[in-house]
Amino acid sequence: MTTNSFWSRELAGKAALQAFVKLNPVTLSRSPVMFVTLIGAAMVTLDVLAGLPRVSGFEAQIALWLWVTVLFANFAEAMAEGHGKARAESLRRSRVEIMARRLDGGAEKKVPASCLRKGDAVVCSAGDLIPGDGEVIEGIASVDESAITGESAPVIRESGGDRSAVTGGTKVLSDRIVVRITAEPGKSFVDRMIALIENANRQRTPNEIALSLVLSALTLLFLLAVSSLKLFADYGAAAAGQDLSGLVTVPVLVSLLVCLIPTTIGGLLSAIGIAGMDRLVQRNVIAKSGRAVEAAGDIDVLMLDKTGTITLGNRMASAFVPAPGVSERELAEAAQLASLADETPEGRSIVVLAKTRFDLRARELHPHEARFIPFSANTQFSGVELLNAGREPVRRILKGSVAAIKAECAGRFPPELEAAQAEIANSGGTPLAVIDNGRALGIVQLKDIVKGGIKERFAQLRKMGIKTVMITGDNPLTAAAIAAEAGVDDFMAQATPESKLARIRAEQAAGRLVAMTGDGTNDAPALAQADVAVTMNTGTQAAREAGNMVDLDSNPTKLIEIVETGKQLLMTRGSLTTFSIANDVSKYFAIIPALFCSLYAAGGHAGPLAALNIMRLHSPQSAILSAVIFNALVIISLIPLALRGVKYVAVDAQALLRRNMLIYGLGGILAPFAGIKLLDVIITAAGLVR
Amino acid sequence: MNKFDVLQLLLYAAALVTLAKPLGCYVAGALQDNSALQCRVFGPAERLIYRLCGISPAAQMNWKTYRGALLAFNALGLAAVFLLQLFQHKLPLNPNGNGPVEFWLAFNTAVSFMTNTNWQAYAGETTLSYLTQMLGLGAQNFLSAATGMAVMAAMARGLTGRKTAGVGNFWGDVTRVTIRVLLPLSFVTAFLLVGQGVVQTFKPNAVITTSEGARQAIPLGPAASQVAIKQLGTNGGGFFNANSAHPLENPTPLSNFIEMLALLLLPGACVFAYGAMTGGRAHARVLFAVMFSVWAAGLAGALYSEYSAAAVTGQAALMEGKETRFGVTNSVLWAVSTTAASNGSVNAMHSSLSPAAGGIALFNIMLGEVIFGGAGSGMYGMALFVLLTVFLCGLMVGRTPEYLGKKVEKREIQMAIIGILAPGAVILTGAALSCAVPAALASLSAGGPHGFSELLYAWSSAAGNNGSAFAGLNANAPFYTIGLALAMLAGRFAVILPCLAIAGSMAVKTPSPPSAGTLPTDTLTFGVLLAAIILIVGGLTFFPALMLGPGAEQLLMYGGTAF
Repeated sequence: MTTNSFWSRELAGKAALQAFVKLNPVTLSRSPVMFVTLIGAAMVTLDVLAGLPRVSGFEAQIALWLWVTVLFANFAEAMAEGHGKARAESLRRSRVEIMARRLDGGAEKKVPASCLRKGDAVVCSAGDLIPGDGEVIEGIASVDESAITGESAPVIRESGGDRSAVTGGTKVLSDRIVVRITAEPGKSFVDRMIALIENANRQRTPNEIALSLVLSALTLLFLLAVSSLKLFADYGAAAAGQDLSGLVTVPVLVSLLVCLIPTTIGGLLSAIGIAGMDRLVQRNVIAKSGRAVEAAGDIDVLMLDKTGTITLGNRMASAFVPAPGVSERELAEAAQLASLADETPEGRSIVVLAKTRFDLRARELHPHEARFIPFSANTQFSGVELLNAGREPVRRILKGSVAAIKAECAGRFPPELEAAQAEIANSGGTPLAVIDNGRALGIVQLKDIVKGGIKERFAQLRKMGIKTVMITGDNPLTAAAIAAEAGVDDFMAQATPESKLARIRAEQAAGRLVAMTGDGTNDAPALAQADVAVTMNTGTQAAREAGNMVDLDSNPTKLIEIVETGKQLLMTRGSLTTFSIANDVSKYFAIIPALFCSLYAAGGHAGPLAALNIMRLHSPQSAILSAVIFNALVIISLIPLALRGVKYVAVDAQALLRRNMLIYGLGGILAPFAGIKLLDVIITAAGLVR
Repeated sequence: MNKFDVLQLLLYAAALVTLAKPLGCYVAGALQDNSALQCRVFGPAERLIYRLCGISPAAQMNWKTYRGALLAFNALGLAAVFLLQLFQHKLPLNPNGNGPVEFWLAFNTAVSFMTNTNWQAYAGETTLSYLTQMLGLGAQNFLSAATGMAVMAAMARGLTGRKTAGVGNFWGDVTRVTIRVLLPLSFVTAFLLVGQGVVQTFKPNAVITTSEGARQAIPLGPAASQVAIKQLGTNGGGFFNANSAHPLENPTPLSNFIEMLALLLLPGACVFAYGAMTGGRAHARVLFAVMFSVWAAGLAGALYSEYSAAAVTGQAALMEGKETRFGVTNSVLWAVSTTAASNGSVNAMHSSLSPAAGGIALFNIMLGEVIFGGAGSGMYGMALFVLLTVFLCGLMVGRTPEYLGKKVEKREIQMAIIGILAPGAVILTGAALSCAVPAALASLSAGGPHGFSELLYAWSSAAGNNGSAFAGLNANAPFYTIGLALAMLAGRFAVILPCLAIAGSMAVKTPSPPSAGTLPTDTLTFGVLLAAIILIVGGLTFFPALMLGPGAEQLLMYGGTAF
């Protein structure tokens, strides 16, 4: 969902209506701050009504603005919920309308999507909605996933790769795919997302509860401060022999109370939580609980699978190392021939490398010219036999693991190649030896290609205070080389499910919070043990069940964004709390002198406390009204911030704290002085009060 | 102010800063019982006590057992002081023949000394026997201070414990603190004070004929021993009614300096002891710096007010209510220190300070007695503010807050906020009631904002367990003896109990090592924020009250009206 639609007329209209519905005291009592505000608004209203038929314009305006304060807070919550609801609504609509073309023994049959069971295969062509969560088993297509992700650019989904998973409710834009359904009806991601979005306001995280406690305690304290102030004022009036009853009235005291209690954060707290979950969904991540998201903001260690995460899924040929007496071109040519039929990414990469290095075009080999030797786990090599006209093999080119090839060339393996292969292995590569009719031609170096930009991502994580650990089945030497290239902090070589689990337990015992991304079934125990476990949407069902978040994009570095979202959630709460409390300073300076400017006044001069009117506000009434209006307007003007979240920058905690304290703490003290003064000028000019 | 005033202030600050740290290490050694030297010197005496009382000091208590022991111990102390007062006329060591103390006054006094408040609604020399002074008040002076330090120790252990439920042994803590820290320090201090002329005798009051020919009773008694601990243990209850303004309690500028130093020394040392016990030495330095800065700022403000007020009223110096042998600077220094620390002894009448200086003294108490604060209690009160700061800072940097490597969660925040806000709530409630109850208003001696300051001060002093009086308020009236006693109890235990609960809940948590995302608590930034939060919480709670009292009075004084 884009930012423009934040303020879409439809959403805002619905939210405005909801704001009134939410005035229900039972719902409001969940937020003590807003509940007190509501009671205050009701008290002032009664006070105004009791004075009928004579209506004090000042008190009526205060009553009005107090109601507005509550409504603004309700509106903020309704807006946040509205976003989620709108998404859930469109998701739900998309789901019920789909008709699926189920493959029943080769024939297509139209059935409603809700009749699909796990294991069914369905056909989807351009223009079709995918009827359920599943895996592409045939074909390639571009898919519009904007219905769930909000991202309008289409994505490619193809069979047999990292990107084989599709989600129900998304739309195929081109081509034709066959999808095998992997979720039972009612348990798809869309169902989970709908539940998540709709329940967002009901799940309060421990941190949110702790903050609510602080806010409630402050509210109670201010309640005490304001009610005791009434008695203090009575004492002062009696001591000075003056009558302050004209100003120290219920509406004014309620105004002071509402200005002091943290209405800004109290009003926006639930909106922040809902919007945080919404942001996560926008980033294509489904969290099973809000708690997991906040825990993500705290993680100390991130464990990542090497393959597909840090490196591109496959190894690529990166160099030809010829044997003595063999030219590099000769080796490249042979290696290309041996790989022509090799459809693995490694094989293709050899063909491509030969082409780019020596401009060797891949020849078309017809079955009568050649016979391919497929790779097998036993032989550990693959290759080609070129045939003569009589279909007799004349040339046998093989490529494979050094050990297997060595056996094939019967002890005639040059020592230079031995050295070369050791060097390649040490640098994190995989050597493939090539022989032509038993003659060792050289070695092709296959290398793990570290994903572009990944090093920067890890640097960013380091700045956040998160240590990265790469998990790989490789030997320690290879692992170390890749770790160094990718810039991870630590690595685990020759990892097994047991050792992964042990490592996570060890980190946790040392008091660290561990996050892990994984996709394989053998990751499941470790994922279940990790505090934050992000599984790839493309991953196995076991892995998905073990994790507490699922990344629809299957992008392992997504964790950075999850961490950011978790941190943003806390930061937004903290910043608005600070801002809210800091605001109180100026409100005291507006209202206290307004209340007591005449106390102990003598000889026609103003009383001593008039000196506190440092803003030079026009009159007591304008001062009080300005403070109340400012208090209400702050809520509405901070709704976008609450929904968007405070910006997170990856710097160390100290710098981040200074930055936020300067903006929301110092800013929170100073901004209302200007705001209240401005409102005072406007109110006075408009003649709203005396 | 002249250069000698400045020199004295600097000398005082230097002495405080220099002595606090080594004493803190010594205190930590006593609390942790890990100093071989201390064990050799004090071990025999302690073992005797342990054997007599059947204590096994090494047995770890969980926080609930610790709390039970503490409450039982304090209840016993309360009962002892209460009964001593009621039956002092039947007991020995009453050479001046003082009768039994009135019931509610005795209750008030017993609560006062048990809670380390030492609010005195009586005049010592005309009300209490020497036995009551020594066995009742003197003993509680030691034990209430020891209780405070024990709570601090329990908290330090809880915050650093490695997944254990134990927070120490209350009996062992109290015994070690008393034997190793309070008694030796008191002995040395009392010795020095006697050298300066503070009385220490069992003789009855001396009756002399003045130069005018009138006969006057000069009150005497075992004062020096009690003065020493009243200063050191942040108790503040004077042997004589005039407290340390009395020439036999504080005769010379040197005795004044010693008493002032003793006043802040132990609370300051407790910060370093806490640092040593938790391993957060750099953190402790920051805490000490925060306390010192707020104290120094208050002192500067009070001195400025005092000297500028003199100019406004056209006097050379505001000497009303001050002793000429101390002068303005030493009186203000004492006033600011005694209210920053929850001591409450005085060497000048706070009521006579310029309004702003009195307001600063008042605000010091309202901050929750964490600017040095009481022995132990200042530090554990400060720890609550640290937790609140850590919580807010954690939110600001987007991380579940951690303190000393442990996560600060709902329960700790809940307890910290109770401990922080409860004293303020008691002050506001009490002051508001006093404004509404005619019997309470009858106790005031002044009108206008000054009268308001009197009652506000009384409630603050009680709830903050400070014990100093603004003077002017007649506190020996049932409304105040009962009300203030309840305020003292609430102010003491509404902080201690949450602290112990926090110690208990933190003790069982796993500490985690710091990372780049952890907010360090030993930096300038943290110190500034901590100070800001202390001042803002205090300010927001009491701004209206302070403005109606000292604020209005000071502004009126600038306008030429005095109360």
